Amino acid sequence: MRRRAALPGLGLALGVTWLWLGLIVLVPLSALVLRPWELGLAGVWASVTEPRVVAALGLSFGAALGAALVDLPLGLLIAWVVVRYRFPGRRVLDAAIDLPFALPTAVAGLALTALYAPNGWLGAPLAAMGVTVAFTPLGVAVALAFVGLPFVVRMVEPVLRDLGPEAEEAAAVLGATRWQAWRRVVLPALGPALVSGVALAFARAVGEYGSVIFIAGNRPMESEIAPLLIVARLEQYDYAGAAALGLAMLLLSFVFLVVFGLMQRRLRRGVV
Amino acid sequence: MRRPTEEAPWLRWVLCLAAVGVAVLFLVLPLAAVFAEAFRRGWEPAVRALADPDALAAVRLTLLVAAVAVPVNLVGGVAAAWAIAKFDFPGRRLLMVLIELPFSVSPVISGLVYVLVFGAQGWLGPWLEERGVQVIFALPGIVLATIFVTFPFVARTLIPLMQDQGRTEEEAAATLGADGWRMFRHVTLPNIRWALLSGVLLCNARAMGEFGAVSVVSGHVRGETNTMPLHVEILYNEYQFVAAFAVAGLLALLALVTLGAKAVLERAG
Repeated sequence: MRRRAALPGLGLALGVTWLWLGLIVLVPLSALVLRPWELGLAGVWASVTEPRVVAALGLSFGAALGAALVDLPLGLLIAWVVVRYRFPGRRVLDAAIDLPFALPTAVAGLALTALYAPNGWLGAPLAAMGVTVAFTPLGVAVALAFVGLPFVVRMVEPVLRDLGPEAEEAAAVLGATRWQAWRRVVLPALGPALVSGVALAFARAVGEYGSVIFIAGNRPMESEIAPLLIVARLEQYDYAGAAALGLAMLLLSFVFLVVFGLMQRRLRRGVV
Repeated sequence: MRRPTEEAPWLRWVLCLAAVGVAVLFLVLPLAAVFAEAFRRGWEPAVRALADPDALAAVRLTLLVAAVAVPVNLVGGVAAAWAIAKFDFPGRRLLMVLIELPFSVSPVISGLVYVLVFGAQGWLGPWLEERGVQVIFALPGIVLATIFVTFPFVARTLIPLMQDQGRTEEEAAATLGADGWRMFRHVTLPNIRWALLSGVLLCNARAMGEFGAVSVVSGHVRGETNTMPLHVEILYNEYQFVAAFAVAGLLALLALVTLGAKAVLERAG
């Protein structure tokens, strides 16, 4: 192990890395942690428990969770088909999955609004059925499901690919039907990856801004997301209030991610 | 006869059709809607919207911002990947977590943190103002916010690959007397070039398309601090829908080119 020092450049690489990380990420983020307290503890609490803030946080986290749970079956379906089947257009489908990653969020927001507006391609038929998507909380969830979908697919795909046919063959030999093998062998093996996919989709959706604000309608107490309130506070030069809300969002997301992490650990233990 | 680990043919067809249906409904239709709205009144108004001086200024600013942000994250990302993938040192795992951090922060918060530091009531704002330096509502703020949101792309594409490749080839080069830069240029760089290019492409796509973070720090001055995504928003809010979707279409084209290039690179690497 003495030879591990043989490669040069650790000092330089670490110096560059910490400088880059410190200046761009750590110092600015420390402002988010430190500045809310200018309001005092009671002030911070009051600023994040205003009814309008609570409604916005509820919408951001609720719609993000709902969207991630919608992405779960859809992402699983796409990942399964792309990995297991050969059909014309499979490669195109596989490449298209990343579209929500690559498409600028403002473009996605405009596109979804045009699509789901009462006179849009999807909005018109939905309106005929009595469903309004654009400018309602449902529209927020639709936009968040769009941005989250690739996370589920991309987490499940590699696990599904590595999952050889042996276990399923064994299940079939032991007399399991295809559905039983899928339900008892495949699904449990995918469980941890599905949870990470949902967690990533959720984490992305909670803070999402560009793809949401066009379709949301942004009515206070009803279809206003938390990041929009941060922008509103900044426009009023309420820096501490904006920072308090930002910090609250980060802490809440962290709590959710810890819960997802615990779920994942339980599922993984179940498999092994 | 079908193998016991395969689904019935009808079920396979149903699943394939369902997946393609979801993709069309979820992915293709929004994209098609952008172009349909842009060309609603034919080519001419769309082209005119792109040739507008404010639109051209937005394109120039977007290119300039990406031209600064991407190289910064390229250098930082390669340095971080070199340290993390090839060496063992205390704090290595912490460093990995911290590098990924910007991805779990809302774009709005990514802009907010710079306002808290450089804004009029920020930590450094008044000091900078006395010296005539403006960061927020100006180019430096837009660049900083863009670097923040695209921070992890290069590092995260390189780290798993470089870890897999190990350090034997570099050690051989070092034993044969190559100095650090020669080793990096002739051994490491050829091994990682496709992944590096893929990371740069993703970084660039996000840098050019970022909306939330840039929106917070930009100040939205037409022709000055408006990037392309911000220009789209302004046009849309002014009910200039064809123009808004025309600029949006240009950005969508960038996304499509990025996806295509990424698919090609994945097959090359």
